[in-house]
Amino acid sequence: MDREKRNHLIRIAAAIAVVYGVILILEFTLRPTSILFTVLRKGAIYSLVAVSMNLLNGFTGLFSLGQAGFMLIGAYTYAILTMPVSVKQSERVYKYYECIVGFDTGSLIGLIAAGLMAAFFAFLIGLPVLRLKSDYLAIATLGFAEIVRAIFQWDVLGPLTNGANLLREYKDLTRIYLPFTDIPFPPTLFVFIVAGVCILLIVLLINSSYGRAFKAIRDDETAAEAMGINLFRHKELSFVISSFFAGISGALLAMFQYTVQAQQFKTMMTYEILLIVVIGGIGSISGSCIASFLYIALSEWWLRGLDMGEFLGIAAPDLFRSGFRRLVFSVIIMVIVLFFSKGLMGDKELSYEHLKQKLSSLRKKRRASA
Amino acid sequence: MKELLRLENVTMQFGGVVAVNNLSMTVGEGEIVALIGPNGAGKTTAFNCITGVYEPTNGKIIYDGNTIIVNHPSGKMKRAYAGYEADMYLSEKTLNPTPDRITELGIARTFQNIRLFRSMTVFQNVLTAMHLRAKENVFSAVLRISWKEERQMEAETEKLLREQGLWELRDENATSLPYGLQRRLEIARALATRPHLLLLDEPAAGMNPQETQELAAFIREIKERYDLTVLMIEHHMDLVMTISDRIYVLDFGSLIAQGHPEEIQSNQRVIDAYLGVAEDV
Amino acid sequence: MAGFFHQNLSYFLSGISVGGQYALIAIGYTMVYGILRLINFAHGDVFMCAGLVMVYLSASLPFAVSVPLVLVFTVALGFLIERVAYKPLRSAPRMSVMISAIGVSYLLQNAALYFTGGLAKVYPEIPFLSRSVVIWDASTRVVTLVTPFLTVILVVLLTLLIKHTKIGMAMRAVSRDFETSQLMGIKINRVISITFMIGSFLAAVASLLYFTNYASVTPTSGSMPGLKAFVAAVFGGIGSIPGAVIGAFIIGICENIIKGGATIFGIPGSGWTTFSDAFTFAFLIVILVVKPTGLFGEKAVDKV
Repeated sequence: MDREKRNHLIRIAAAIAVVYGVILILEFTLRPTSILFTVLRKGAIYSLVAVSMNLLNGFTGLFSLGQAGFMLIGAYTYAILTMPVSVKQSERVYKYYECIVGFDTGSLIGLIAAGLMAAFFAFLIGLPVLRLKSDYLAIATLGFAEIVRAIFQWDVLGPLTNGANLLREYKDLTRIYLPFTDIPFPPTLFVFIVAGVCILLIVLLINSSYGRAFKAIRDDETAAEAMGINLFRHKELSFVISSFFAGISGALLAMFQYTVQAQQFKTMMTYEILLIVVIGGIGSISGSCIASFLYIALSEWWLRGLDMGEFLGIAAPDLFRSGFRRLVFSVIIMVIVLFFSKGLMGDKELSYEHLKQKLSSLRKKRRASA
Repeated sequence: MKELLRLENVTMQFGGVVAVNNLSMTVGEGEIVALIGPNGAGKTTAFNCITGVYEPTNGKIIYDGNTIIVNHPSGKMKRAYAGYEADMYLSEKTLNPTPDRITELGIARTFQNIRLFRSMTVFQNVLTAMHLRAKENVFSAVLRISWKEERQMEAETEKLLREQGLWELRDENATSLPYGLQRRLEIARALATRPHLLLLDEPAAGMNPQETQELAAFIREIKERYDLTVLMIEHHMDLVMTISDRIYVLDFGSLIAQGHPEEIQSNQRVIDAYLGVAEDV
Repeated sequence: MAGFFHQNLSYFLSGISVGGQYALIAIGYTMVYGILRLINFAHGDVFMCAGLVMVYLSASLPFAVSVPLVLVFTVALGFLIERVAYKPLRSAPRMSVMISAIGVSYLLQNAALYFTGGLAKVYPEIPFLSRSVVIWDASTRVVTLVTPFLTVILVVLLTLLIKHTKIGMAMRAVSRDFETSQLMGIKINRVISITFMIGSFLAAVASLLYFTNYASVTPTSGSMPGLKAFVAAVFGGIGSIPGAVIGAFIIGICENIIKGGATIFGIPGSGWTTFSDAFTFAFLIVILVVKPTGLFGEKAVDKV
């Protein structure tokens, strides 16, 4: 039993080490503008936010739709904090306002602050809403994300948020350095390290006593309460932690994009993240990660042709025009929701045993059909 | 004998329906007390009042010398209230803790329609119930600083499961167990919260006479081993009569009789209301 | 007070008008929620589709033909969505159905994006409704005046339908207790389909009125009115039709007053414009804190 567990852990650690090694090698061999890097970075960022959403929707049974709002808070917090004072004082970014934040911080502090700020707002919003039935949570968090978007575009707050204008020239992925040196940090590796550590923390949480309490709430609120689990406190905890990581992923997204604007964090974004979680399997961390990379690879890379007039060698500019990719996507998603509601992984995790089982069942099928 | 639980004039009214009417009863420390009555008599509602699932409309519940629940009709209910003693608790500050607080005080329960954690194994079901008594906070739990406590919880779960004869089944999915074992697991899970008072809601439901007899021995055994007081709702009369020290009989929400098993067996009102119906079947 | 009222009259008028349009959408939400306990996230997008279809149809057909066609199309769309996306999930957990609703919303928006190419489509001027009128120094359109009356008439008709017809009785029974009414021989699927069709019909009417006022349709122009209508339904006590209507009027009026430029907390009205949308949600959160069951909602006791 214990030995099996240890082997399992060793295998996971080895797999992770291989992934990071490959990333590092890619960083030094491929062109920095390669599309692969875009997919890897964005995929890692979406993995983190999808896992954070899964913590709520999949493991605690709370249907929350506020992810875009918390990402926005994280992105802005990071951008405002890490933008150098010299940029804030020049008129390059704050053209119409005078920035009132008179200091700047490093990117690590910025990331943590981004998480904390999102967590703080989650705490406030959770106080009234988490005492209610879960339907209300869905609509209230959706509404909250809209309020946040409006507030960040409000010109009265311009000196802080730059109103509806862009923020840029903060410490994005091209402006981070190895500690105590001026050697640039490999950007993709940076994203992977931050997202990886965050996801690891979530996994540790889920497998702790608190994680079991969350699952108990998901399975049966009445029974969980009768076992002495304080529903409100644990829901609030899950909500705050999930938002903390959503905030960090928002900050990562800001780093990845080089610019950030409130307009971008619409309800549609939350929907996309939710659908990623569904595709990966509600209640599966590895599922969420795989689905994120798959989703980003498909939409940013493999299905590009659907928008550009030519796909798989078929040229049909009338059919394959802008927006077709997303249409195809939404149809696929509906098919998954209706016919494969378990998603890629169900509530299982990817493991050596799991893969072995899958392979052998595939082989059996092939033999049977032959 | 020391009194462990005391209900005073507990009334539970839903809209116009009085489900529990002015129920007063006591459970002494170390006793096995049964609450019986025909279907719909309000037994489970009484349980739900004690465990904080419902806020009683009126009345007071005292546990181990402390008032844990007290309420009086207010708002719309003030006019609609159809029970007794409406003014008795007006001066007291209402107290309606959530179920988890009650469990924390040392009252654990099982459910009439078994409510195990569906996605979990037998082992995890019991381990989850240990969460209440864990001292770790979320940081020490995530960073595994409190791994010693975690180990200890696992060891205690193992001990509990071995005692209940469920150890061999620890990795089975909880809901795939046969019915009788599911009930036993639910009791084990309740014991994991370290209660002094155990509330059992129809523990023998769906069991055959053989299993019921085993259950009787089992209840006695855990009562001795964990130093428990037991309050149970039950329909199997042979079980009730063999193991209870005292019996309360509810009918249409009101208490119609109380006493030792022999007294209840010969009580004409009880026979009319309850046993009489049973004999017709 | 009278001065404030007079000064802001045109905003009051458009508030009442928008409120009526929200009310028509909100009924669709509240009825579906009452029966299926489902937040139909796609309802706002059905409303948007009705607007788009009107744009395309009126390009080649006269209004007398295209308006009824829009109504028929929207009703069919509502029916289809229920049959394809919700009916197969009837015994699935509620979260799955909500996810399916979000999937439909995503699909409709992306379909609209594809067909319009992401451009705002100009809504046709419906001859009578678009005409300008002047009341008490405030200039407005006929649609603004027509909307509240039309809303009230439709709501009264709907209430009569629910109170006095057999299908209405079936609807009430199903929303009370899904399983029992099934056992009593009510054809659940028929009732649910009809509920969706009524909701879609009202959304189509609302879209005719709403887009005449706003003059253009984009793929996302359904989501905001949809969400606001849902908030109105929550405010009124979800499941209650009069509640939804009153809630919608209140939200419509407040939102337009905020847009209108009254100085609040020392910040001039123009500063609050961004908030006309956010206001609704702030309002929702206040309701959920103060009275989670809404104005006319009933408190449900869960059986253990």
